[in-house]
Amino acid sequence: MTQPDRGFVSLRDVHKTFAVHKVINGISLDVARGETICIIGPSGSGKSTLIRCINALVPVDQGSIHLDGIEVNTPKLDKLALRRRVGIVFQQYNLFPHKTALENIMMAPITVLKQDRAEVEARARALLKKVRLEGKEGAYPGELSGGQQQRVAIARSLAMRPDVMLFDEVTAALDPETKKDVLTTIQDLARDGMTCLVVTHEMGFAREVSNRVYFTEGGLIVEHAPPAEFFSNPQDPRTREFLSQVL
Amino acid sequence: MQVIYDWFLAFYERTGINLSFIYDNFDRTRIIKGFWLTIELSMITIALSVIVGVVGAWLKGARSGWVRHSVDGFISIFRNTPPLVQIYFFYFGLGFMLPRVMDPISGTMAPMVTNFQWAVLSLSLFAGAFNIEIFRSGMEAVPRAMVEAADSLGYTRSQIYWHVVLPLAFRNCLPALGNNLVNLVKTTNLAYAIAVPEMMYAAKQIWSDSSNVREMMIFLLFAYVFLVAILVYGLNWLERALRIPGYGQMGGR
Amino acid sequence: MLRLSDALAPVHVRLTSRAALAVAAMVFVGSSAMAAAGSAHDSVVTILIRWAPLLLTGFLFNLLISVLSMAVGTLAGIPLGMMQLSPLRPVSRLGYYLTQFFRNAPWLVLLFICVMLLPFEFRVAGLRIPFPDWVKAVVGFSLPAMANVSEILRGAVLSVPTGQWESAESLGFNRRQTMFQIILPQCIKRMLPPWMNLYSLITMSTVTASVVGVSEMLTMTAQVHAAEGSRPELLAPLYSFAMLCFFVYAYPIGKWTEYLERKYQVKD
Repeated sequence: MTQPDRGFVSLRDVHKTFAVHKVINGISLDVARGETICIIGPSGSGKSTLIRCINALVPVDQGSIHLDGIEVNTPKLDKLALRRRVGIVFQQYNLFPHKTALENIMMAPITVLKQDRAEVEARARALLKKVRLEGKEGAYPGELSGGQQQRVAIARSLAMRPDVMLFDEVTAALDPETKKDVLTTIQDLARDGMTCLVVTHEMGFAREVSNRVYFTEGGLIVEHAPPAEFFSNPQDPRTREFLSQVL
Repeated sequence: MQVIYDWFLAFYERTGINLSFIYDNFDRTRIIKGFWLTIELSMITIALSVIVGVVGAWLKGARSGWVRHSVDGFISIFRNTPPLVQIYFFYFGLGFMLPRVMDPISGTMAPMVTNFQWAVLSLSLFAGAFNIEIFRSGMEAVPRAMVEAADSLGYTRSQIYWHVVLPLAFRNCLPALGNNLVNLVKTTNLAYAIAVPEMMYAAKQIWSDSSNVREMMIFLLFAYVFLVAILVYGLNWLERALRIPGYGQMGGR
Repeated sequence: MLRLSDALAPVHVRLTSRAALAVAAMVFVGSSAMAAAGSAHDSVVTILIRWAPLLLTGFLFNLLISVLSMAVGTLAGIPLGMMQLSPLRPVSRLGYYLTQFFRNAPWLVLLFICVMLLPFEFRVAGLRIPFPDWVKAVVGFSLPAMANVSEILRGAVLSVPTGQWESAESLGFNRRQTMFQIILPQCIKRMLPPWMNLYSLITMSTVTASVVGVSEMLTMTAQVHAAEGSRPELLAPLYSFAMLCFFVYAYPIGKWTEYLERKYQVKD
């Protein structure tokens, strides 16, 4: 059950330090259900760490993270319950190389959720179709291109039927031709009503697909606004400098 | 010190655990001599095997096909035959063929090459063969891009080799080289078989006299593990001291 | 990382094996010639032909010991390796110390300990089960094998990219599921070359069993030598023959290991 003053995904004053380096310096944000937000910013501004904090891969030092009523940052967190609600796709796809595409998608629902095999297989095939990889069920990751592997990775996360999808610079390791396929897949997801948090360098994508754009630097959110406003009229000088460098 | 020795003698009388190599003068001398000989044997073979490795790696880059393949043949033989048989071959097989010379100290005819020297020769060639491979792969693992970059900056061939390739190659090799040297120290143990009075041979002499096989074996085990642990520790320290941040292997969990 | 030498591999292999065999043959012939020179006894070749069956039986015994030691060592080494990887600190510390201890101990000393300190027979439920020397030697060789397999396993697990752990965790797999379904299957390929290398080392070390009185090839070589009147000039050819047997067995294994190493590297 969502608390009245907090979004579906909600971060309040999150801090995280790695050794001596303070990576996240007090970030707060709210994402409504069905919203898509893009997080942009220079390297090292804490974006990847932030994403990993949301699905509890990395514990936070301070602050609170809520996901539809689940408190992520408590030590008593039921990780499995969280992971059913949140899916994540990484820059390096991280498909399991010793399993075929179909098996990669089917593994977690069968082993972790203990769902019926036939049902999972049907769902997996449908997902492959959705990411436009029909016919690649029996292919091993080594036989697929980067963009294809990334789409299988997206399907794999979707197989758990999450409510929120996190994307950590998923197109950064791809060449321009294959990037478009992946971005289109994410766009389809967003249009279907999935709550998405996308860390990305793709400004065009941010402009077209997101409901809000967040700019981080030095572990803080410097500015956030709907894309039209954000790109045409950035308020903060740091935002303007960053945009002038990348656009 | 005599207090310690007496304590251990009393310990023996109390418990029956006979550590004669501590309380008995003669035995103690024997084991200490053996210990130092093991160290001497290890250090000489380490040094010689590194030389064999460096020379062999250099020869493997030779233009002549014959030279290259001879080195490969040498490596193949020493890697695919048992080191103990190599030692026997050198000491018994070849040793007899060499003439005997007058030993100035004892006045008798002694072999020209002692068993210690044969052990050193055999073990150095054995470990050296592995070292050639290690040095060669360390050099080849230096990315070609570095050599090209140095070349474009105007370095001569030998400058590139000395300033760019060798420092990186050395760091590449260190884990494998260290491993090989540790194995070499353990392998010097085989010199026992040709009566080189290293630590195990000394231990055998002691237990033959004092019938304390069990105690000597356990001591021997811990003594060798201790020696090797020191070497491993030293090599780890060297690796860490030479480590370049961001270069080399990064582990998983 | 692709090496230029890979492109020349077939030629390289032929020439190297030719070179190695050439050198081995030269050593053999040379020492035989010296032995035969000016002697009224039987020639070396005659002697070898006479005794070859016995010596080869001894060699097969060495191989048997090597296979058994490797099997036992692997079966024991895998759990030990898993112990080293355990998230429970006391378990991983124990695994670490056991592994390091048996890796650092010289193999001959371990062999001596097993042969001399293990009982010569077992009494179980009134039955006397003999514990022959060669079985003790197998135990003696299994100990360093176990420790090395443990290290090989640990190295293989650590070489799997962290991303695999991360995505498994993100999908909700617990540690046990991740280890057995995702990480370990990927390790088998990585473990094969060092494992085969270890087998080669174990095979070479089986001859040290002769020092503790096990009747294997080297012991028989000594017996053959005595039977032929202990002529010192026979030793070089006899030992060369032993080396040749091991060479013929180990060389193909070594080449196949190299092939596996290359195959695995290129795929990555």
